[in-house]
Amino acid sequence: MTLRQHSSPHTRGARSTSRVMLWVMLATLPGLVAQTLFFGWGNLVNVLWCMAIAVAAEAAILGLRRKPLGFFLKDNTAAVTGLLLGLSLPQLTPWWVSATAVIAAIVIAKQLYGGLGANPFNPAMVGYALVLVSFPVAMTTNWAQPGLLWDSAPGLGDTLHSIFSGRQTAVDGFTMATPLDEYKHQISRLTAAEVLAHPTFGSGFAKGWEWVNAGFLAGGALLLGLRIITWHIPVSLLAGLIVMSLAFGADSDLYTPLTLHLLAGGTMLGAFFIATDPVTAATSHQGKLIYGAGVGILVYIIRTWGNYPDAVAFGVLLMNFAVPFIDHYTPPRTYGHHKARRGLPGKTTG
Amino acid sequence: MTMATKSNTDIIRDGLWTNNPALVQVLGLCPLLAVTSTVVNALGLGLATLLVLMGSNLAVSLIRNFVSDSVRLPAFVMIIASFVTCAELLMQAFTYELYQILGIFIPLIVTNCAILGRADAFASKNPPLPALLDGLMMGLGFFVVLILLGALRELTGQGTLFADMHLLLGPRAADWTLEPLANYPGVLFMVLPPGAFVGLGLLIALKNGIDNRMQSRRRSQAPQSASAGSKRVRVTGQVS
Repeated sequence: MTLRQHSSPHTRGARSTSRVMLWVMLATLPGLVAQTLFFGWGNLVNVLWCMAIAVAAEAAILGLRRKPLGFFLKDNTAAVTGLLLGLSLPQLTPWWVSATAVIAAIVIAKQLYGGLGANPFNPAMVGYALVLVSFPVAMTTNWAQPGLLWDSAPGLGDTLHSIFSGRQTAVDGFTMATPLDEYKHQISRLTAAEVLAHPTFGSGFAKGWEWVNAGFLAGGALLLGLRIITWHIPVSLLAGLIVMSLAFGADSDLYTPLTLHLLAGGTMLGAFFIATDPVTAATSHQGKLIYGAGVGILVYIIRTWGNYPDAVAFGVLLMNFAVPFIDHYTPPRTYGHHKARRGLPGKTTG
Repeated sequence: MTMATKSNTDIIRDGLWTNNPALVQVLGLCPLLAVTSTVVNALGLGLATLLVLMGSNLAVSLIRNFVSDSVRLPAFVMIIASFVTCAELLMQAFTYELYQILGIFIPLIVTNCAILGRADAFASKNPPLPALLDGLMMGLGFFVVLILLGALRELTGQGTLFADMHLLLGPRAADWTLEPLANYPGVLFMVLPPGAFVGLGLLIALKNGIDNRMQSRRRSQAPQSASAGSKRVRVTGQVS
């Protein structure tokens, strides 16, 4: 008889990384469908292009590192990184901008740090921040004008042409500033009602964007229901954003209103799909609450007083820096050890 | 002399490769990261640092027997500051535009730890000539990394190479600018400080990779030479 010693973790989830990542991909579908319906084919093309580049870059680096290709590619994490970048980049981003973002994400942010599980920063957001800093023009002027797919959105041919030809002339009539960008820059000289008359806002909160965010919220709810993510990060992130907005930006004639903060940018995608990355987020539930609230507060601060219209990438990256610190002060309770006897005995949570 | 004197080849090899100030000691990062956005900036700062390092090493070595240990560091800093002032005034006189571009980073050479480090670790314990050679080689090692990083960042950041060289080398260098790719969009990330961190990281990785490869090649060649009639008896460990 052999007595084999296993190293921790001794209890494991029944789901493999590969299956979890497949569920994450499925959960982004409502948001992606909304993006396609309201902004044309751009996001779909971006998603496919980014996923292809991500898997190719991952395979190339794994080859260089002499790691087993099949084993690591099968975990689908590279594909998810590509997917998240495709969802967050502007719809008509030129192909080389998205390729740069994906390659930076996979090669620099993920594999150079040691691959899955060893990266301190969210790879997709490193790629996004890198291209946002590097190509400010391409990253701000290529947001598709909201328009229904069968109505005024650019067709598949036009979309492909503008993304892959490198000549951006074809899309001049199809692009528009994002609602957050428009509001932030106009509110200094106009009233809220005047700003909201701009066609990018439509009749609701922010034309198209509200449905995209609703789609990601629904996908996030699916992930919560499947217990792939816990509620701590999304809830504390949204709470941080809401509290900051109510405390500092209640006057919509001076600051972007709360509805736009929640529904017009990358908030829901960030809260449910990006900030919840298990590798780069805090570990314990208490830590997750601090981490999420930090992201929410930073998103509000950068959106309101910073130079960039949206700030999910920077908020997440800055809190990634803080994760080792947060983890140090919020260690999870060791299994079998009680912190304190409160409530009914024998009830174990988390 | 408390320290065994190093041979000249060791000094040269240390400065340029084995103990390179930028790639191995990772000293002097502030100027290294801040001004290497173009080749000409790197060249200007590299030359200034090289001059200061040689001058300070020589001067520190000359006074090494007259300054007591307790006040040696202030004395070194005074010497370095004097040479930096000389370099600054020279640049102000001959390359005024470049002097303005480099700005605060010329006076900041005083705080470059690579210079104080060499003064304390080498020049204060060695005679003038080896100290001068050490200053030259360490300065060159730093200089080469500056130029490499400047070229890398200028090429990836702006898509040019050797732009504005006339600021340092006079009007005949005005048309040296190379533009390998037409319509290069420019990558602002590489022009900004984060690009310098990534670039330096890649250079350090390249250096370590070369070292590892050379080491493994040496290891694979070692048994062959031993079998070819070597009479050395290996007692323990590796024969270097």
